[in-house]
Amino acid sequence: MTAYSFSVNGMMRTVEAEAEMPLLYALRNTLGLTAAKFGCGLGQCGACTVIVDGQAVRSCSTPISAVEGTKVTTLEGLGTSEKPHPVQAAFIAEQAAQCGYCINGMVMTSVALLAQTPSPDLGQIKEALAGNLCRCGTHQRILQAVSRAAGRAAP
Amino acid sequence: MISRRSLLQAGGALVVALSAPAAAQVLADGDKALGKPLALTELDSFLAIHADGTATLYSGKVDLGTGLRIAYRQIAAEELGLASDRIRLIEGDTALTPNQGPTAGSTGIARGGIEIRQAAATARAALIGMAAEKLARPASELEAVDGEVRPIGGGTGIGFGALVGDRRFGLKVDPKAPIRPVADYRLVGRSLARPDVPAKVTGRHPYVHDFVLPGMLHARVVHPPAIGASLLAVDEATAGGARIVRIKDFLALVAEDEWTVVKALGTLKATWSDSRTLTGHETVPEAMRAGPFEGDEVVVRKGDPGPVLAAAKVLTGTFYWPMQTHGSMGPSCAVADVTSERATIWSASQSTHRFRETCARVLGLPVQAVRVIYLDGAGCYGMNGHDDAAADAALISRAVGRPVRVQWTRQDEHGWDPKGPPQLLSLTAALDDRGNIGAWRTEMWLPKATANLPNIPLIGPQAAGIVQTPGLSTGLISQNASPPYACPHVEVEVHWLKDAPLRPSNIRAPGKIANSFAVESFVDELAAAAGRDAVEFRLAGLSDPRGIDVVKRAARLMDWQSRPSPGPGGVGRGMAYVHYKFNETYVAIGMEVAVDRVSGAVKVQRIACAHDCGLMINPDAVRAQVEGNILQTLSRSLFEEVTFDRSRVTSLDWSSYPILTFPDVPKLLIDLVDRPNDPPLGAGEAAAAPVGAALANAIFDAVGVRLRSVPLTAERLKAAMG
Ligand code: FES
Ligand code: FES
Repeated sequence: MTAYSFSVNGMMRTVEAEAEMPLLYALRNTLGLTAAKFGCGLGQCGACTVIVDGQAVRSCSTPISAVEGTKVTTLEGLGTSEKPHPVQAAFIAEQAAQCGYCINGMVMTSVALLAQTPSPDLGQIKEALAGNLCRCGTHQRILQAVSRAAGRAAP
Repeated sequence: MISRRSLLQAGGALVVALSAPAAAQVLADGDKALGKPLALTELDSFLAIHADGTATLYSGKVDLGTGLRIAYRQIAAEELGLASDRIRLIEGDTALTPNQGPTAGSTGIARGGIEIRQAAATARAALIGMAAEKLARPASELEAVDGEVRPIGGGTGIGFGALVGDRRFGLKVDPKAPIRPVADYRLVGRSLARPDVPAKVTGRHPYVHDFVLPGMLHARVVHPPAIGASLLAVDEATAGGARIVRIKDFLALVAEDEWTVVKALGTLKATWSDSRTLTGHETVPEAMRAGPFEGDEVVVRKGDPGPVLAAAKVLTGTFYWPMQTHGSMGPSCAVADVTSERATIWSASQSTHRFRETCARVLGLPVQAVRVIYLDGAGCYGMNGHDDAAADAALISRAVGRPVRVQWTRQDEHGWDPKGPPQLLSLTAALDDRGNIGAWRTEMWLPKATANLPNIPLIGPQAAGIVQTPGLSTGLISQNASPPYACPHVEVEVHWLKDAPLRPSNIRAPGKIANSFAVESFVDELAAAAGRDAVEFRLAGLSDPRGIDVVKRAARLMDWQSRPSPGPGGVGRGMAYVHYKFNETYVAIGMEVAVDRVSGAVKVQRIACAHDCGLMINPDAVRAQVEGNILQTLSRSLFEEVTFDRSRVTSLDWSSYPILTFPDVPKLLIDLVDRPNDPPLGAGEAAAAPVGAALANAIFDAVGVRLRSVPLTAERLKAAMG
């Protein structure tokens, strides 16, 4: 066991863990931040996405040792129901969640996209979300929400 | 909804545990109502009015991501005369909610909602009666509005809280209690925002996956490498820091900490017997024709198609829909706290009341000693692995004497969730001399659902050697297997199979997706053979004005130009229609595709849908269901087939079982027909049914090639184009 220190939603945290333990378990079980979801543990679905130093990262396949000294942001760190982040507000406005299990990954990936490409077109949004799976078929609303957050007309 | 957190100092590391998740707070509150009536006949089973004028609604059906959470509030609020945000909803807790049956079959509104409406209408009549006494005025001069009963036309009223204030009504639900006339609706029919969306989008919504109990252990189940294999030996030294739980062939790993158990799952060495009981997915259609059979059944018969088909030039086509997984985004998860006397299970089960009885049987406990509490899971669209995981958790919790959380892996869910059954249909039809459908025969091969099966056999208890009633569950899979158009001679015969290749269960729109795929593809073949336009052909055979309306509306959205199929090539368009179960929702779907002739790749460009489900409680929630039905079924039609060899499922992740991704998502055009004066018919399934055929018909229109087996992959299309 080693102690790993990194910032989570603006607060320095230290977690004792084995180097290879995925970040997802530290967030969900040690730090009680359950927005990031276990969907596959294989890097295939995006449900576990968090932002590490500005990049959307799959926490199910990111060893905790790799985030030492970084800045991690989770969905909880973006905003709350009362004060949502603009991307979250756009998802709420479009009612872009059915079961909502995938939505953590959709919001986090979109936030990372918009930080790099503030005004993506529909093709760019689809490309950015290509690795994020949704089984409920909420895709159209998610695309509308990201377009709304980007200040574009609904696709 | 923000979870309270407590800081625990453990082993020098700073550990934050969820000591009281939002869900638990709801439960603690709700527990004040323990002992309340639960019978479907009692008003208090459904509704409580509190002293502060708020209300609690108790629903046996649950919100599976479908919007029932707002729709039920709207229905109850409308009848009561109360703001919808003054109503709390408790769902699927067997100790607190009436048993309204499973949340399945698109019955959430059409049955569950109607029961709630009648309860709320009964409550309104009772409240008005109480106020009439207090105000010394006849009930006919009073109305219930804004949480109080007051004289019609104004005057001092009495608040609901003051009238009942946490006391029970002690009344039966009155099936004749007058419901509000549609013209007076203020809430029903409006797209009120769903109350769970902000919490879902900000990461505060409590899922069963997030639920934590004090002292809870983490567990993983070790499924065998082959279906039906027996456990021969376990090398205990390979379990790392995890504890092994073994009950006959049931094997599980348990630890204080989740990562320890995840690691142990990777290192554990267990020896299993060989087992080769499966057919392999490629040979399923032949195996279905071979039986063994439970028997044959004619499910539809009108006129006598035999002689007509014998005399005429006939068309024939054989259609196949393979086994598919529910593919829930979150593998199944459950938390159980079991002692020798009682059990409490937190589960995302579609049917907590049914699972309660199953769980009692599995644990050998009286049913009164078991409580099952619903918490959201990932969307399930039918019976996925939730009940299995819950039974696993119960068995392990009892074995270790601690609360246990079982989390299935992705491979567990893909490999072991009960699957949508395979369906094989052979169709024969003839045109009459005017080019209409003259005679039609459907022969279909389907696994037979076992009558009165209490629950599908769950795999954990089965491995543990616990006796369960054997049998199959499929949902009603023989419906919509004949054309919804005029035809004087129709017969549908089912060859019921004794078994299915893998354990089946109901999956969204059970059977109707495959049957509509076959029927509506074949109708297209008939239209093409008659040299007639696919929309004109359908309209000529329809007499139900609501059916005609949706077909015309979908055609209009598509800008449909009348001509026979196939078209000039490149881009193609297809149409398909369903009257769901022949007595529920009406849907027509038009699709436009572009086909790459070299690779066979299909690009779906636009999907148009006209949808008539009668009264819509919340049109935006209906729209979300329609979108979901369309995109999920597009995925199932384009990409999905569970693969297996002689021993095991081999499509165990999202790369071996690909589903729709964002670049595949077409533009959706949806027209919801508003019929507030007609009964609500359900929106959870119907729009799924026509998707496969609309797609196959559009591909035919584009390239003149007919695909009759799903998935309609590029490889298959390329091979068929030659
Ligand atoms: S859970 Fe991490 S990508 Fe699926
Ligand atoms: S909303 Fe359910 S998986 Fe996307």
